[in-house]
Amino acid sequence: MLSIFQNLDISHYIYLSCVLFSIGLFGVLFRRNAIVLLMCIELMLNAVNLLLAAFTEYMGDPNANGQMFVFFIMVVAAAEAAVGLAILVMVYRNTRKTDVSFLDSLKD
Amino acid sequence: MNPIAIIIGLPLIGFLINGLFGKQLPKMISGLLGVSTILIAFILTATQLSNFISTETYSSTLKLFTFLNVDNLVLEASFKLDRLSIWMTMIITGIGTLIHIYSMAYMWEDEGFHKFFSYLNFFVFNMLLLVLGSNFLMLFFGWEGVGLCSYLLIGFWYSRPEYGKAARKAFVMNRIGDLGLLLGMFLIIHQFGTLDYDAVIQGIAQGKTSGSMLTAISMLLFVGAMGKSAQIPLYTWLPDAMAGPTPVSALIHAATMVTAGIYLIVRTQILFEMAPFTGEFIFWIGLCTSILAALIGLKQNDIKKVLAYSTVSQLGFMFVALGCGAYTTAMFHLTTHAFFKALLFLGAGSVIHGVHHEQDIRLMGGLKSKMPLTYITFLIGTLAITGFPLLSGFFSKDEILTHVFEHNKIGYALMVFSALLTGIYMFRMFFVTFHGTYRNSHYSLDKVHESPLGMTLPLIILAFLSVIGGALNLPEYLTHQSGTLANWLKPILTIEESKHAISHSTEYILIGIAVLVFVIAFFFTRSKYVSKNHVPSEAESTGIAGYMENKFYVDELYNTVFVKPLEGLSDILGNFFETKVIAPLSFGINSVLTRIGRLNKFVQDGNIEKYLLFMVIGIVILIGINLFI
Repeated sequence: MLSIFQNLDISHYIYLSCVLFSIGLFGVLFRRNAIVLLMCIELMLNAVNLLLAAFTEYMGDPNANGQMFVFFIMVVAAAEAAVGLAILVMVYRNTRKTDVSFLDSLKD
Repeated sequence: MNPIAIIIGLPLIGFLINGLFGKQLPKMISGLLGVSTILIAFILTATQLSNFISTETYSSTLKLFTFLNVDNLVLEASFKLDRLSIWMTMIITGIGTLIHIYSMAYMWEDEGFHKFFSYLNFFVFNMLLLVLGSNFLMLFFGWEGVGLCSYLLIGFWYSRPEYGKAARKAFVMNRIGDLGLLLGMFLIIHQFGTLDYDAVIQGIAQGKTSGSMLTAISMLLFVGAMGKSAQIPLYTWLPDAMAGPTPVSALIHAATMVTAGIYLIVRTQILFEMAPFTGEFIFWIGLCTSILAALIGLKQNDIKKVLAYSTVSQLGFMFVALGCGAYTTAMFHLTTHAFFKALLFLGAGSVIHGVHHEQDIRLMGGLKSKMPLTYITFLIGTLAITGFPLLSGFFSKDEILTHVFEHNKIGYALMVFSALLTGIYMFRMFFVTFHGTYRNSHYSLDKVHESPLGMTLPLIILAFLSVIGGALNLPEYLTHQSGTLANWLKPILTIEESKHAISHSTEYILIGIAVLVFVIAFFFTRSKYVSKNHVPSEAESTGIAGYMENKFYVDELYNTVFVKPLEGLSDILGNFFETKVIAPLSFGINSVLTRIGRLNKFVQDGNIEKYLLFMVIGIVILIGINLFI
């Protein structure tokens, strides 16, 4: 199983993470539901994580510094998701919507 | 406490109490407060006189605080009571007290009673500031303050638009003079680095400045005096100022405020002594004013207007005396004029009160029997101003004429002519008002009444003063020594006044001429207005009389020369420059900015997706730049 991944060319990882990142980016740009937005942000972060893990293998770093970095990103992502969801809950309680367009109201 | 502070402070307190709480106070208390503050100030001033008698050069000063202290210039709020200022203070508070008492009766029915008294007290405060200040700055504060009070009191019955207009006119014309005074003060600061009277006098004595500069300073100060003391060309506001209540005319526009210009010149006499050109200029301005105003006064039919022109004319007399360098004489005439002109104005007020607010002398006549007290006191006032022998005006005017005779013979002839006119217009008004038959069909003679005691008492006191006022400075030929006032003012006069160079026999001839002038004026007017019972006609006069009746069209001239062009200029600026240049410019800038703002608005409208989109586009562009360029 592991050998399959090892034998895959690095370009496949790059393509996959590009696709993932793009999906996330377009989701953030064009979806209006805040929950979906948060999910899309997770997707973009995970695309980066995947790339980090792949490049660590590719470079053959004995200390696996790149993979260590993935954990940090995961922690940050979890924290961010927690805060984002907490805000979302408050917004939902007040507006009964999870639509990001509520942020318009700060304009006036 | 320093007596100066109390003298100045009392009217201020009266003003504040009446001004702030007057509406809540009963009229009696409000009025008595106004009277008592001035009366106490008067008594206090009188008690200070003894200090001066014991010590010749006595003066007391009071320094309140420093206004300004920059570089070498120190401006202080300080006061000085010396022989000149105490003399003025006695006149201001003394006559002020009488007029306040009179006002209580005169203004009793008026709804603005307390307001009137607060203004009047404020006026006295400012006038005291003017005469008691020990530098030009304090004088200037008082100067502006009395101008303000004059404005407020002329426009006291502000519901009449023409009264408001008269008040504005007085204010604006005074501003022209004030500008001269202000420029003079700036020049003094520039030349001497101080505004203190004593320091300036010292500076001149040390020769700190050139003669031409002294001429400039003295001319500018005289422009200030012209405005305040109603001399050609700035005299036209004073007759219009008669719109104010009559006690105001008596106090401000006859006895005190208008003499501020004379006070200023006497105070700074050394400046004028060192600038002979200015002295000559003052002489001729005063002379022209006295004749012009007397000529106009001949044909006026409003009882107050006649007195107003008479005041302008008499102020001209005082300036003539100043022009001759006869400062004591000017102060003497100022004093006697304050007595008899206040008396005449208050008498006119009594008449106006008696005939129910009618001011046209053509609608009076025969008031002698109905208002005996007013009649007698008015007669005394008239005799005093026209120079009936041994009354106050006789001595002071005679002294002026003697000085003029020494100074300039042509000037003397003109002044005698002016004195003759004085006699004619005063007796004309007097006879038409009190003699003959009553002519007002709208208000019957039975209803005409004598004024109450509150008004007649000040009249009696002033009549008494007008009779004996001459004793203040009896001429040398009677007593063989110099007069009381001359001795009194001697220590503060920096220049020794020249003794009469003319012999006693010449002096007797001059007196004879003065008496002759009086007699001519009296019998001429008597035959015209009493024996022939002539009444000034309603019809427009023609020829020179028409010019006199229309005040020589001076107002119209000023209107054409100054007001109309200015109005035209404002018209151009307002209707063309403002609408066609300034407005398009400012609105143009406005609309350009609005458009830019509207464009920028789309960048920051709170739409998150748009922000993110811009961000992504930006990143893509940056990456593109990095990769391909």
